[in-house]
Amino acid sequence: MEYDNKISNIIRDLPRSGIRDFFELVIGRTDVISLGVGEPDKPTPWPIREAVIRSLEKGQTSYTSNLGLESLRIAISEYVTKQFRTTYDPKTEILVTVGVSEALDIAFRAVLNPGDEVIYHEPCYVSYSPSIKMAYGVPVVVQTREENEFALMAADVEAAITPKTKVIALNFPTNPTGGIMPHEELAKIAALAVKHDLLVFTDEIYCELLYDGRQHKSIVEFPGMRERTILLHGFSKAFAMTGWRLGYACAPAPLREAMMKIHQYCMLCAPIMSQMAGLEALKMGASAYEEMRQSYEQRRNLIVSRLNGMGLHCFNPGGAFYVFPDIRSTGLTSKEFAIQLLEKKCVAVVPGSAFSSAGEGFVRCCYATAPDLIAKAMDLMEEFVNEVRPAK
Amino acid sequence: MDPLIELLRNNSNRSPKEIALSLGVAESEIAARIAAAEADGTILGYSAVVDRLKAGDRRVTALIEVRISPERDGGFDRLARRISKFDQVRDCFLMSGGYDLAVIVEGKDLLDVATFVSEKLSTLGGVLSTATRFELKAYKENGFLANGGGDEERLPVSP
Repeated sequence: MEYDNKISNIIRDLPRSGIRDFFELVIGRTDVISLGVGEPDKPTPWPIREAVIRSLEKGQTSYTSNLGLESLRIAISEYVTKQFRTTYDPKTEILVTVGVSEALDIAFRAVLNPGDEVIYHEPCYVSYSPSIKMAYGVPVVVQTREENEFALMAADVEAAITPKTKVIALNFPTNPTGGIMPHEELAKIAALAVKHDLLVFTDEIYCELLYDGRQHKSIVEFPGMRERTILLHGFSKAFAMTGWRLGYACAPAPLREAMMKIHQYCMLCAPIMSQMAGLEALKMGASAYEEMRQSYEQRRNLIVSRLNGMGLHCFNPGGAFYVFPDIRSTGLTSKEFAIQLLEKKCVAVVPGSAFSSAGEGFVRCCYATAPDLIAKAMDLMEEFVNEVRPAK
Repeated sequence: MDPLIELLRNNSNRSPKEIALSLGVAESEIAARIAAAEADGTILGYSAVVDRLKAGDRRVTALIEVRISPERDGGFDRLARRISKFDQVRDCFLMSGGYDLAVIVEGKDLLDVATFVSEKLSTLGGVLSTATRFELKAYKENGFLANGGGDEERLPVSP
């Protein structure tokens, strides 16, 4: 059978995630130190796992409300109020989803008409552009640059706004760069959104993981923003719950209701086990992640010093658990660098080009890895860099 | 707590250089602070946490609940320190509740521990009673799970 014409044009033309290609090279190898993951190196805290075991023993295995358990939405509302100084009504403004990925997908589908433009920043997590395209939107890229420590510049956003712009999508701290937003730049972007009457989607998945005593501020906190913002958050990173696939969206009631329509037909509800886990995670609050956050900060200090020490320029990222060193001095492309490092030294990093063309010349190293393994990986990477760097 | 001490409590095996980079201070300062903590008794010592079964260690361990009579000056301290000095005693804690001292004792076999308790410990002046409970199996020691703790696996590369 000729399958090409059986597959929708949009899906056919969608590129495969660059991460997948690299994944195939590494999978099955047991001799590799991996700095290639996008998740915490510890399993979900035991009290959370224990609470789910207990709920299974009690037989809590049924559907929940499409919106998610009411007790969980109340807990989310309280957590969001504390975290973002913005309050949402658990009954009308919160939707529990299958990870932020689903929340992002249904948010785009809920608001975009064919041809509507979405401004987002690259390098970024792999799903932004495909999610926009799958919702028949037009992705409009704004590059973030190393000279700004990969923060998004309001002037660049302004230059990308057209009469067709409907949404600005933000994700800070950012995967893969670890970049964060200076508050004054965020204020300017908020003002642009108000001026041009745009929606803003803010993916806050790394907001708990900030370093050097920084306080997180979301764009939703700026004047005029709550009514036009869909705030997306989840449990994966701070609570080490990637495999539970649990997230949520907070938005004004009409937007939440539109997302809800899609969610109820395609997902019905998030798995109840995951929702029980989320409830326990929010009961633990910061105690579930504060120790890990401090440990990540020390690991970041270690890896940033080592990378700069071996001559790979690397800015000191303010959040998430990634560093994004500039590898251009080796004369290799980011893909060549990652493949050769894997083949010669058995260390896995992800080519920056997997996160868009703006990531070319960089690699992503995740430091949610045991400190002794980070140190070992840095020793090996230093050997590698000395071997491949062109003689001066 | 001092982040350096906290870091060493979790893993004392890290090199001063790595610790220095992690905490963002000079390596020489780390070495000096560790030396000072060792000198003033903040750091009591270093040891590896071992799965004794895997290491082929067949010695037995017992928790001995000891009731003692406090003294007019110093309460339980003098006797507790005296008990702690025996080589067989690995740990010794003053406890709240039904007994006073929790004494962890290691011996080469049951008889060895029993002899220590009956001849050395219970005969000390001030010791009112002892109750000996032998350890059968270690599941977690000093924060480390025996058998590595789990089979959790991460994908080597993920977005």
